[in-house]
Amino acid sequence: MPATAETADQVQSIEGEKYKYGFITEIESDMAPKGLSEDIVRFISAKKNEPEWLLDWRLKAYRRWLEMPEPKWAKVDFPPIDYQQYHYYSAPKSQEDGPQSLEDVDPELLATYEKLGIPIREQEMLAGVQNVAVDYVFDSVSVATTFKKKLEAAGVIFCPISEALERCPDLVRKYLGTVVPMADNKHSCLNSAVFTDGSFVYIPPGVKCPMELSTYFRINEQNTGQFERTLIIADKGSYVSYLEGCTAPMRDENQLHAAVVELIALDDAEIKYSTVQNWYPGDADGKGGIYNFVTKRGACRGKNSKISWTQVETGSAITWKYPSCILQGDNSVGEFYSIAITNNAQQADTGTKMIHIGKNTTSRIISKGISAGKSDQTYRGLVKISAKAEGARNYTQCDSLLIGDKCGAHTVPYIESRNKAAIVEHEATTSTISEDQLFYLRQRGIPQEAAVALVVNGFCREVLQQLPMEFAVEAQKLVGISLEGSVG
Amino acid sequence: MSILPFIEGEPIAGRQLIGQDLAWLTTRRQAGIERFQKTGLPTQKLESWKYTRLRPLDDTRYLPVDAGGTDISIDTVPSVGDVAARLVFVNGRLRADLSDISELPEGVRFDTLENVLAEDPLWVEANMGSVAKDADQAMLALNDAMMDSGFVLHVQKGKALTKPVEVVFIGGLTDQAIAYFPRNLIVLEEASQATLVKHHVGHGRAEYFANSVSEIAVGDAANFKHYKVQAESIHAAHVATVHTRIGRDANYEGFGLSIGGLLSRTETNITLAGQGANAGLHGAYMMRGNEHCDNTSYIDMAVPNTTCNQVFKGVLDDASRGVFQGKIHVARDAQKADGRMLNKTLLLSNDAEIDSKPELEIYADDVQCAHGMTTGQLDTTALFYLRSRGIPEALARNMLVQSFLGDALEEISDENVREVFLDRVVHWLPAHCFLAGEWKESA
Amino acid sequence: MLEIKDLHATVGGTEILKGLHLVVEPGEVHAIMGPNGSGKSTLSYVLAGREGYDVTGGRIIYNGEDLTNLEPEERAAKGIFLAFQYPVEIPGVPNSTFLNEALNAVRRYRGEEEMDKIEFIKMLRAKTKELSMSDEMLKRAVNVGFSGGEKKRNEVLQMAILEPTLAILDETDSGLDIDALKIVADGVNALRSPERSSLVITHYQRLLDYIVPDKVHILAKGRIQHTGGKELAHELEAKGYADFVGEAA
Repeated sequence: MPATAETADQVQSIEGEKYKYGFITEIESDMAPKGLSEDIVRFISAKKNEPEWLLDWRLKAYRRWLEMPEPKWAKVDFPPIDYQQYHYYSAPKSQEDGPQSLEDVDPELLATYEKLGIPIREQEMLAGVQNVAVDYVFDSVSVATTFKKKLEAAGVIFCPISEALERCPDLVRKYLGTVVPMADNKHSCLNSAVFTDGSFVYIPPGVKCPMELSTYFRINEQNTGQFERTLIIADKGSYVSYLEGCTAPMRDENQLHAAVVELIALDDAEIKYSTVQNWYPGDADGKGGIYNFVTKRGACRGKNSKISWTQVETGSAITWKYPSCILQGDNSVGEFYSIAITNNAQQADTGTKMIHIGKNTTSRIISKGISAGKSDQTYRGLVKISAKAEGARNYTQCDSLLIGDKCGAHTVPYIESRNKAAIVEHEATTSTISEDQLFYLRQRGIPQEAAVALVVNGFCREVLQQLPMEFAVEAQKLVGISLEGSVG
Repeated sequence: MSILPFIEGEPIAGRQLIGQDLAWLTTRRQAGIERFQKTGLPTQKLESWKYTRLRPLDDTRYLPVDAGGTDISIDTVPSVGDVAARLVFVNGRLRADLSDISELPEGVRFDTLENVLAEDPLWVEANMGSVAKDADQAMLALNDAMMDSGFVLHVQKGKALTKPVEVVFIGGLTDQAIAYFPRNLIVLEEASQATLVKHHVGHGRAEYFANSVSEIAVGDAANFKHYKVQAESIHAAHVATVHTRIGRDANYEGFGLSIGGLLSRTETNITLAGQGANAGLHGAYMMRGNEHCDNTSYIDMAVPNTTCNQVFKGVLDDASRGVFQGKIHVARDAQKADGRMLNKTLLLSNDAEIDSKPELEIYADDVQCAHGMTTGQLDTTALFYLRSRGIPEALARNMLVQSFLGDALEEISDENVREVFLDRVVHWLPAHCFLAGEWKESA
Repeated sequence: MLEIKDLHATVGGTEILKGLHLVVEPGEVHAIMGPNGSGKSTLSYVLAGREGYDVTGGRIIYNGEDLTNLEPEERAAKGIFLAFQYPVEIPGVPNSTFLNEALNAVRRYRGEEEMDKIEFIKMLRAKTKELSMSDEMLKRAVNVGFSGGEKKRNEVLQMAILEPTLAILDETDSGLDIDALKIVADGVNALRSPERSSLVITHYQRLLDYIVPDKVHILAKGRIQHTGGKELAHELEAKGYADFVGEAA
């Protein structure tokens, strides 16, 4: 058997059981009744004590959502979603009034996060690395946010979005829905109607956020959708680096995750947004797993602003996700660095949009896709240069690696240029791990699995380097685990 | 809809169409009209028509070709010179006085579809629709229904045409807006060889709509070179649908030079159906004014050990728009596929636009596929360098455009044809290009 | 230590090695010379266990153990090192990471402790210096952007680090200028010891001026046709292959 075929077999033999985040937390939850209706929207809004304008906004979104068609253009295949089978609100009962301090957090939850490797304790974060403030979102609510005081001293607001509605309602109202319009697409529209928690970040002018900010999303309850909404505003001259991690228990049915993330960078501000997405991918036959339908978009509103997306996508049964940048400010910069790994029956359709509007705007897209098993993966990207984007530049490098002869890798770039002084360069390759490479590594004593992991990590290196140190090591391990379970 | 005269009432029975007495052809026409009535004209909602709208068809009322109105004198018929035979169609009708098919080598048939339908209907029945069978293509369906001209090139097993055969379509020499529907059938049997040059040109001021379909079957170990110049008039809408099937160890070389037409679109479908098959599909486009040019292709690498290569380069001035959509599909288990695609565009004006979509869809792992795409303007440093050596700006620009496109034209392996095509490129350029001669020599 | 008995091997269904016998004792350096297509590279791949090079008959005994069914990495761990004629590029994997992975994999296999990172770097620096290689080459991805000479030197560096007991040099001299050739030869000679053996596969006698063999074999038509001392290489250079090959055929 040729080496790659053998590797493919090994890769295939990794069952969903290897998903070590697949446990369920036994905790009593306060849940909305199953299904979706105007009453449910009102129920959620009431739970959050929201102002009238937001309830109106939600209701408007709900009515729009009813009329909108499902997006059909992505290369993913799944049966129609029964939106009535989900609970649109679920919160651990013990957290009903919201924890006032870390001491109030339910011990079951503390244990859950311990088990996930990200304990809710300020002294000991993320594999021993300190100085990361974390917002913990469990099903529909935020259960804890660490390092709040230290951040407040710097003037940084980092809290659940429901709390932000009380603390700084004007900021939320000013920016919410301005980057991802309510009816942008069916999934974001649903989110607008029923979003529950998610993080809000505001960095005041001139402030470099003193630590990495992070949100950790966990879906626990059965038949629960998670619809978080994240809003990050970097005011003039500020900087923030934000990390997002996600996991879910192994369940046989498909759970729905339709998040919206909006980023706004004003003059000279920079936002670095990193995601390590490891939702439950379903089992080897494609049973269960998360439907990950996410709308992420950043607006470089100010001149010289910068938004950088880095994503490591290894989980979910279906991924539908295009973190994008709208480069409005002159000289603004957008970046998209992506590693997507699909195995077994996973399907991913992911990429980015770079919309160049301002003068001398630049964007860079580096996408590395690895397909294994029976999975299908598509890079879908748009680079659009408007007539006024004098001097705009884009560079895109998009590489796919196939492991095994039952998977698929597809590249669908759209490039639209209307400015002669703009330069766009796009390159893409598709190949497999060569027999030569594997034999060479094995001849030097490196076992086959490790050799594959080494080559794949080399293939992804350019993107891994973009991750904050704390996450890079984790991500590198995840790359190995996603493919064969052991070596990093 | 502007092509109503063609599809309303009893569109087929009510017209004088070629091969009218053939029942199978009437059935094919009937099926075509039914398919077309179901789909209607393509809209931009279709992914393959995302960037092209059949704008001229909105408000022009095209009429069928009037059999009598083609007797207009013509000064020049474009040609690559030394050819084995030539067919000239003016306003969708054969002009026998300008055509010459008297000296074809043995084993080669090259004639109008109308004649072959009369002489050898069984052969046409057996071959028509054997390659072009995409039921979803509205423009193919429309041609199925309306085919009224076109030609047949048939080279028998082991036979070789040493000189090219040439077909010229001239439009625009009418009083009214007309539409014609050429249907071309090209069959190269095993180990045969041929070169075909097609010219689509426009004269006069009338609006016209050409909706052509070419079916090409390249047999095992055969070798086919297929060159096309599309220099339609500014009043023309030109839609071409090409279906090509390439057999084992066979070789196909296609090149399309698009230098004119209000709206033009060439959609090429290639199936690499036998191991060792190779396809080169290349092109150059030069547009100005508000011309729109769409090159869309789909290459299906259906079996193991096939190769394909695409190089498309274009220059867009004024408010013109270029579209390149290329898709390479590698089927499951079609291992050892090697597919390459390159699209480069120069924008000479801020009102010009390029939309490019180089796509890969791959289901086999042991493959080498790559695509690249760039857009930009003329290299300002190079421009400055030339001018600092005393070359006037206009000429310097022309030189840079020529050298940019020259790359793509290098893909034309027939030297004579390349020469003629280079000439057309030079003549497209603004002002005079004094270096044309030297440049051609060096190219 | 290495004993090849009546070895038959096929590549893609074609028999390339047709009953090859060879015995290499500890500490010996053997040269295998032969015309193009004689099966030289096939022999090296078969010894290293490359997929697609199928042993259809005979045995390869190394230190008393039959290698025939072992995986490439197991053979590597047992001390077999193949210096490739065309070293392979591995984009994105730094040379030093690769060397560290390889060394530790071999050590783990042998039940030895992994080498501490700092100790490893120290050792690596020292070896690179001996081979006149720049530290910069350690940071670059494995063989990517290396010149022909740099690639071969990198092979020798790997050999110096993994300290094999049987080094197979497959046309290591191809594409090397005389200075690079000397450096490579010095590297190989530095490893010579009573326990280590080498198999030097080459088309030309030139390399053997620098790595002096104990025995020279002529391989043609899938078998050893002739065996002699180091002088055989010179004889061959003077007369050409035809004489030797013809004589056996």
